[in-house]
Amino acid sequence: MDLMSFFRAKKPATAQLARDRLMVAVAWQRDNDGRRNAGPSYLPQLREELLAVVRKYVQVADGAVQVNVQREDGLEVLEMNIALPDAKTGS
Amino acid sequence: MAKIIVTTSGKGGVGKTTTSASFSTGLAQRGKKVAVIDFDVGLRNLDLIMGCERRVVFDFVNVIQGEANLKQALIRDKNNDNLYILAASQTRDKDALSLEGVEKVLNDLADEGFDYIVCDSPAGIERGAHHAMYFADEALVVTNPEVSSVRDSDRVIGLLSSKTRRAERGEKVREHLVLTRYNPARVEKGEMLSVKDVQDILAIPLLGVIPESPSVLTSSNAGAPVIADPLSDAGQAYQDLVARFLGEERPMRFMTVEKKGLFNKLFGG
Repeated sequence: MDLMSFFRAKKPATAQLARDRLMVAVAWQRDNDGRRNAGPSYLPQLREELLAVVRKYVQVADGAVQVNVQREDGLEVLEMNIALPDAKTGS
Repeated sequence: MAKIIVTTSGKGGVGKTTTSASFSTGLAQRGKKVAVIDFDVGLRNLDLIMGCERRVVFDFVNVIQGEANLKQALIRDKNNDNLYILAASQTRDKDALSLEGVEKVLNDLADEGFDYIVCDSPAGIERGAHHAMYFADEALVVTNPEVSSVRDSDRVIGLLSSKTRRAERGEKVREHLVLTRYNPARVEKGEMLSVKDVQDILAIPLLGVIPESPSVLTSSNAGAPVIADPLSDAGQAYQDLVARFLGEERPMRFMTVEKKGLFNKLFGG
């Protein structure tokens, strides 16, 4: 081992450190900005099925049914929002 | 129908405007009709990178406020007849833009027959960035292989999936990772996050890797997008990126250290 490689070998591979730190930082961030809450994989299908049920009775737009999971103080709440059309145009 | 693409990153100085300029120029070189809009109200820069700063008469805010029409404000690129630039206002404050105003301009551009509208986002996640991303169909998430940039990009990816028109309609904004200032030599030494590291963390499809290159600065000095320099490695990487965006298969280049031959050592590569 020559002198130069001795000094080089002392340097840690900081990229690995960056990767590990980012993994943690990003996981924390996703918990906090609600992305993981938007997470349950059944949500899109639940939304589609709800939309189909609503449409048996009322014609509503594609975006009329909103489904979200909210997390507050450790409590998870399934929130549904169904916007009906104006009374005049509704059936 | 016009496709709206936002160039975004969260962090500043990672190459958003460089990417917007080269991406829109590359699309135009391939025959698409393209408009590129600078959303950084108060800190106009795209005009300098595109080399049209002396031809800015009216800007984005003038159009939104009805002080000029779209045709008056669109600046035709000096080298591509089907590329137009809409400059940001240098004098107004950030509140000069409204979502309704932005939507009207985008609709008018679509009516004018533009194929692609590229929205160059300001840094940050405040109103300007929100305006730039809100109507997007697709997003170029520009990231440097560096911790703060990767984390900020992750934040922006979260916003793309929640604070956009598509998200509100239950649709997805198609995201593309653009990794810029990549230095393969430093990656090999374990000093820099690799493409794979960044992909593992951000988990969005990779559109292109742009190598760190002196030509990015020299091109900006001259007011020409780096994609217009056929000898530049970064320019070639942007060419590949645009081709991939349009559905062509292109292998990723400039991701490993190139062994320079004697010729290149003597005459520069």
